Amino acid sequence: MLDFKNVWKSYKNGVMAVNGIDLHINKGEFVYIVGPSGAGKSTFIKLMYREIVPTKGEILIDGVNLAKIKQRQVPKLRRKIGVVFQDYKLLPKLTVYENVAFALEVIEEHPKVIKKRVMEVLDLVKLKHKARSLPTELSGGEQQRVSIARSICNNPSVVIADEPTGNLDPDSAWSIMEIFDRINDNGTTVVMATHNRDIVNNMKRRVIAIEGGMIVRDEQRGDYGYEA
Amino acid sequence: MFVMSREVITDMKLRTLGRHARESLKNLGRNGWMTFASISAVAVALVLVGLFLSVMMNLNKIAGEIESNVEVRVYIDRTATQAQQDQLKQSLKSIGHVQSIAYQSREKGLKNLINSLGEGNDQSAFSSVKNENPLPDAFILKTEKPEQTITVANQVKTLPYVYKVNYGKGTVEKLFKTVRISRNVGIVLIIGLLFTSIFLIANTIKLTIVARRREIEIMKLVGATNAFVRWPYFLEGLLIGVIGSIIPIILVNVGYKAVYEKFSDAGTYSTFFIKLIPYPTMALYLSLLLVVIGAGIGVWGSVTSIRKFLRV
Ligand SMILES: Nc1ncnc2c1ncn2[C@@H]1O[C@H](COP(=O)(O)OP(=O)(O)OP(=O)(O)O)[C@@H](O)[C@H]1O
Ligand SMILES: [Mg+2]
Repeated sequence: MLDFKNVWKSYKNGVMAVNGIDLHINKGEFVYIVGPSGAGKSTFIKLMYREIVPTKGEILIDGVNLAKIKQRQVPKLRRKIGVVFQDYKLLPKLTVYENVAFALEVIEEHPKVIKKRVMEVLDLVKLKHKARSLPTELSGGEQQRVSIARSICNNPSVVIADEPTGNLDPDSAWSIMEIFDRINDNGTTVVMATHNRDIVNNMKRRVIAIEGGMIVRDEQRGDYGYEA
Repeated sequence: MFVMSREVITDMKLRTLGRHARESLKNLGRNGWMTFASISAVAVALVLVGLFLSVMMNLNKIAGEIESNVEVRVYIDRTATQAQQDQLKQSLKSIGHVQSIAYQSREKGLKNLINSLGEGNDQSAFSSVKNENPLPDAFILKTEKPEQTITVANQVKTLPYVYKVNYGKGTVEKLFKTVRISRNVGIVLIIGLLFTSIFLIANTIKLTIVARRREIEIMKLVGATNAFVRWPYFLEGLLIGVIGSIIPIILVNVGYKAVYEKFSDAGTYSTFFIKLIPYPTMALYLSLLLVVIGAGIGVWGSVTSIRKFLRV
């Protein structure tokens, strides 16, 4: 469902962040992207939801080439992809419920559907009881769970996460990982960039290591592989 | 440019439009002072536009009326016999661009002159002139176009039995020059003011956009269309423009009504009387124009400020 064909990305300042990546990810897979700082993981993730476009090559999601689509087709693409960030990107003045509902409102979902779906995903991330809280009243792990709820409320076929546990203590990180696991069990593809060695080593999922913008390792049931 | 794709507009649900309206009102309220400043700028610009338009439209009308009255007066040599006068008339007819020739006897000419100097005045003041009429007989020519009066007059001068040729050269030319200059000055002034208001509106809206950058980013990440993101800001600009046009419309309407009534009152007891464009016609034109211009600069201001924020 997700294909990178000889993808290159150089930034305006001349930095070559991604240098010829070829990759195929099947529907329903769980993939960790690992690698040292500056390796190009975030760049790779950004290419997937088209925050940036490749300098060269093709990126196909369900057969649609991201590099070729017009600006006005981007919203349609984004509705197929859920994105989770290290810094959560929640709106501080909206409650937990409203933050999730916001994502459905702006794609003009029907109010009845919104109500039902928001409660469903809040249940999944175990935050139903905090629906009326503001993000500032939550712990980091809880905030990240809200942002995960928001990313999946639209039933995307793939969820992409860039260091979702980067700011969290080990326990919170694990609870986040369980949620992603459950999302993956429901058939959603998950692609996650992470520095969390414990989690990667314990989950035994596909691991793709990137260094210098190139894939240096791609293992099913792999390890984190870098020294602490 | 601001192009809302047709598909999006027809697809837009009523509740969505309601949401956009609420959002834009919230934004306007949040940046109260900037909103006030932009509305005031629009209002000031539009008052001047209204003033300028009413003056220019009336000047144009009056100039047009005077223009269509431009004539060449050919005074006939007193010594000319009837046959010679007929001969002159024939030669006048053969000059190009002459539309009509009318004969005015010296008695008639004097009467017209006295009348035009004032009905209410003491007629006895003219008694001496009446006894010894200084005017010769005359032919009055009208040319096909006003600007032909000069060439026609010059040709007439060379004909025999012509005592003198008159045409309203000075006044007409002066009038047109005044109209032209005031129009240019007014246009420059108004364009400057309009751009100032566009700039202010753009800045106000930019403020609300910057305050909501994160919101826009998230909207775009979860797949909101550009049109959806744009609508509240578009409405915001539109509202500023339209609200800004309300006071100018009232002012210009009241003002024009007063001036118009004054002029038509004056017309009833004076012969010197300018016919202004009637109030109802003008009120309709001006109000429509001001709303449209207000809306236009509002939308322009908002569109220029959103564009670069949509590239997420
Ligand atoms: N917007 C940008 N403009 C220019 N260069 C950039 C930009 N973003 C990243 N880079 C550069 O591209 C390279 C790859 O960066 P990237 O953020 O993809 O690394 P990363 O693997 O995510 O690192 P980390 O693990 O620290 O998050 C780096 O050298 C970085 O400096
Ligand atoms: Mg990164």
